[in-house]
Amino acid sequence: MRNTLWETIAPNLTLLVISLAAFAAVIYALFLIGSRASVKWQGWLRYGVFLGPALLLLLVGLIYPALRTLWMSFMDKSSENFIGFDNYIWAFSIPEIQIVLRNTMLWVIFVPLLSTLIGLAIAYMTDRMKRAGIVKSLIFMPMAISFVGASVIWNFVYNFEPSENKPEIGLLNAINRGLGLEPQNFLLTPPWNTFFLIIVLVWIQTGFAMVILSAAMKNVPDEVVEAAMLDGASNWRRFTRVTLPMIRGTVVVVLTTITIGTLKVFDIVRTMTGGNFQTNVIANEMYAQSFRQLNYGQGSTLAVILFIGVVPIIWYNVRQLRLERTER
Amino acid sequence: MTTLTPAATKRKKAKDAFSSPIASGIAIVIAVLWTIPTFSLLVTSIRPEQDINTSGWWTFFVNPSVSFENYEKVLFVGTGVNPPMFQYFFNSLAVTIPSVIFPITLAVFAAYALAWFDFKGRDFIFFSIFALQVVPLQLTLVPLLQLFAKGLVIGETTLIPALGITGTYIPIWIAHTIFGLPLAIFLLHNFLRQIPRELIEAGRVDGANWFTMFTKIVLPLSIPAIASFLIFQFLWVWNDLLVGLTFGAGSKSVAPMTVRLAEMVGTRGSGWEVLTAGAFVSIIVPLIVFFALQRYFVRGLLAGSVKG
Amino acid sequence: MRHFVRSRTMLGVATLSVAALALAGCAADDGAGDTATDVVADTDTDTAMAAGCEAFADYMGNEGETVEIYTTIIEPESTLFQESFVEFEDCTGITIEWNGDQAFEEQIAVRVAGGTAPDLAIFPQPGLLKSFAADMVPASAAVASSVDSNYTADWKNYGTVDGTFYAAPLGANVKSFVWYSPKTFADNGWSIPTTWDAMLTLSDEIAASDYAGTAWCAGIESGAATGWAATDWMEDLMLRFQDAATYDSWVDHSMPFNDPKVAEVISEAGKILKNADYVGNVSAIATTSFSAGGAGVVDGSCAMHRQASFLGGILVGDYGATVVSPEDTDVESGISTFYFPGVSADSTPALGGGEFVGAFSDAPAVEAVQLYLTSPDWNNAKAALGGWFSANLGLDTANVADPVNAVAVEILQNASTFRFDASDLMPGEVGAGSFWTEMTAWIAEDKADQAVLDAIEATWPAS
Repeated sequence: MRNTLWETIAPNLTLLVISLAAFAAVIYALFLIGSRASVKWQGWLRYGVFLGPALLLLLVGLIYPALRTLWMSFMDKSSENFIGFDNYIWAFSIPEIQIVLRNTMLWVIFVPLLSTLIGLAIAYMTDRMKRAGIVKSLIFMPMAISFVGASVIWNFVYNFEPSENKPEIGLLNAINRGLGLEPQNFLLTPPWNTFFLIIVLVWIQTGFAMVILSAAMKNVPDEVVEAAMLDGASNWRRFTRVTLPMIRGTVVVVLTTITIGTLKVFDIVRTMTGGNFQTNVIANEMYAQSFRQLNYGQGSTLAVILFIGVVPIIWYNVRQLRLERTER
Repeated sequence: MTTLTPAATKRKKAKDAFSSPIASGIAIVIAVLWTIPTFSLLVTSIRPEQDINTSGWWTFFVNPSVSFENYEKVLFVGTGVNPPMFQYFFNSLAVTIPSVIFPITLAVFAAYALAWFDFKGRDFIFFSIFALQVVPLQLTLVPLLQLFAKGLVIGETTLIPALGITGTYIPIWIAHTIFGLPLAIFLLHNFLRQIPRELIEAGRVDGANWFTMFTKIVLPLSIPAIASFLIFQFLWVWNDLLVGLTFGAGSKSVAPMTVRLAEMVGTRGSGWEVLTAGAFVSIIVPLIVFFALQRYFVRGLLAGSVKG
Repeated sequence: MRHFVRSRTMLGVATLSVAALALAGCAADDGAGDTATDVVADTDTDTAMAAGCEAFADYMGNEGETVEIYTTIIEPESTLFQESFVEFEDCTGITIEWNGDQAFEEQIAVRVAGGTAPDLAIFPQPGLLKSFAADMVPASAAVASSVDSNYTADWKNYGTVDGTFYAAPLGANVKSFVWYSPKTFADNGWSIPTTWDAMLTLSDEIAASDYAGTAWCAGIESGAATGWAATDWMEDLMLRFQDAATYDSWVDHSMPFNDPKVAEVISEAGKILKNADYVGNVSAIATTSFSAGGAGVVDGSCAMHRQASFLGGILVGDYGATVVSPEDTDVESGISTFYFPGVSADSTPALGGGEFVGAFSDAPAVEAVQLYLTSPDWNNAKAALGGWFSANLGLDTANVADPVNAVAVEILQNASTFRFDASDLMPGEVGAGSFWTEMTAWIAEDKADQAVLDAIEATWPAS
């Protein structure tokens, strides 16, 4: 009567296998045709086969929707009437949304900064360590865990039990109780709760920063470092005066990549506080506006603001990229 | 190895002395602290339900009582309303595999074209694709959703008909492919550019066309880069929540594990035991992938950001 | 020769590709509801089924179909629903797939926008139902006439949008209840208050005594729906401190949400909910689930908990309680309810709520299920399982299994003033949106009364 596990999985499995096979078959066919075509046709075919699919997908899947969302941000709730900049005025004047914007800024400032600083520190400390691999792997490991998984994990760190008679399941509060301190409802009290959430993302992203910075540090040739330093200078000065400037480019890349990622993260806030208690960020509020308030105009506006926040970063990156290219 | 001057020896000694015990010690302590949260999840998931609700997980070491009941419940039994985790596990696999293969294939193609085809506007297209990395998923969510559901109609003309693919994996695959393309193309392009020009020239001289050159020359050389990006994309898709939640659109038969996990968190405080077991099941695959293939992963990350 | 082979290869590949693509298209369609195996299984037991299935004659002819019901109802209540469907499924061959999701109010919008709307959706809020009327299928004539005969006009109205009837009533609940443990009250010598002031006095008494627990416990956490329990407080108090007409104008927005009358009400609510002497840790209420909030009554960590009649099923299912009548003062973990008092002993307004089943698909099997849910047969069978009742006129109160629900039914059928839950009637953006989140902020962040009301008023959709 009720579908067994197999009955539900079977059609999905079929779809999976057939889709993969179809994909492979189509590509094989295209290549076959392409390599046997006359030179004249080849000229066009190579663009169609190699560049075409990606460009088409990007056009239809990223560019068109982005433009449409931009358009919707100037329309009302049901996307039927044009209302100009009203949504934008709303976003910047309503206190609840101002808090959302403020929180997003906090995330954008602290996550990249903390992740990069801690990552740099650990890269420095493990630079000449024996068997640094284990340490680095452990610190990098959270990157493999989904944001939702991380939220579950950190729930067990932050859990708060209001009644004194019931046992404390959260790690931090158990420590608090053990030390005779007052247990805290970490995720409840603004603005500190935002910082406790930020810690979760820092926990995840630091490994990423560490790995990249560590590799960059290793790439700085020893002779350069030695040659540039005066006799007897300490490791620290060597680090700040020579190594750091040489890996500046990498530090910038790490900072910008983490910043972009931070703006998009919606899972942590959604899972741990649902956006309540003044912890909400743009990525999450946009979803709520579109699907709870059923206001596509306002939801789209928040998405556009999110995008605008990222543009300067990417513009800077593109500039760097062009410079690098001309240097080659 | 050249012998060191006395000054250099002194420096080396000072360097070594500093770097060893203290710094390493701190690094190790940090690494241990870093791992405690994940470890606590594992410990909680193998404790019996009773224990979880009545004491903190650290007491496990004082009073160990292991139970794999939680895993059994989560994986195979499920609840009356929800199918067992195994189904979601399968869905995660079924969603991730094509979402990795499709974008990487298309990205390698595009990277090849952008690296080695000469045409006007090539740079512009490349930089645009690079810039597209930054478009947040949220910006495209609603229109993309409507696109899959109703197709694309501008004015009177139907550019794309309603395809009838909603409720299956297909919208999820397409969405992941779209979002994975910009970064993939960027990273692979950087790598492909490094193939010596002479190889390509030689190929052209031999009369090979662009297609055979791709399969015979470029593809074999780019395996390392593809492998490392493959892992990156796998982890990204496996751990994704937003795409699975939105484009899977509430259909339990295609929802991946992250969606189920997020649901379980929202369920009333009781049920910690299934939540932790479920969470651990959902992170075990990426953890295994990560540990087994660390080297390639790191190499992939570095491909675009560090020269040489 | 070679040419020939090559073109054959190409032809083969091309055919394979086309075939593969076509198959992929078919597989995608087939994915939803493979019926072959179900039909085979049914014909085997056809003769056995026919006997004893006469009652289901109206729903036959849909063997092998699957109908999805999308709802907020999860364990443990959902288990009883599934039990109540077994006979129907056996006789008609229809499989009812229960899809419970606490994020229903949010995900239903995603599903409708994404083109994967469920077959049937159980809306806990008529106000939310209204937002999706354009995508729903109006109730069939059979369903409409069944509702006409089995429910009062009011209940049919809740499921009607702009004159078209969409959603049939499902379960009902009465909300003006306070849960307590008769044993705890008897042990401490407390008596049941019959006026609001008496209840406050009792709370003071409890707070001052050396009773180990708190006078009140509360919890409003509910995943994506956090905050709804606090809105119930507002509504019950609105009915008591203002009159029915004011309540109605609050609902239809002829009175603004931040009117001074509403401000009066929220301040009364604060006398209990925000009173640390009564509840202990105020802000923790926002992170305590609504069911865990009630559990305090079972284990004696608090004296009173205001919650709707359906809490009984949860406390029994998850916390080992037993529903008793007020006289059973010696039952450990025994729970009962008393009426949430009005301002004076003779003012007894009642607040209630209910769910409504709307259809997004016009398939015959879907209509059959929607129809079945309006039948007295199903309503009685469901009520007999306990912890639930409905406004179905054919419901025999003898079938309503426990004392609490029996009283609730009585109140429902005899109330002097009865009003449907306001937040459920308001537009979804408010009633399933800002009203919830602002009340959560009111408790969690001690947000000021007026600020809360202003914020909610600001989100009321224009016309």
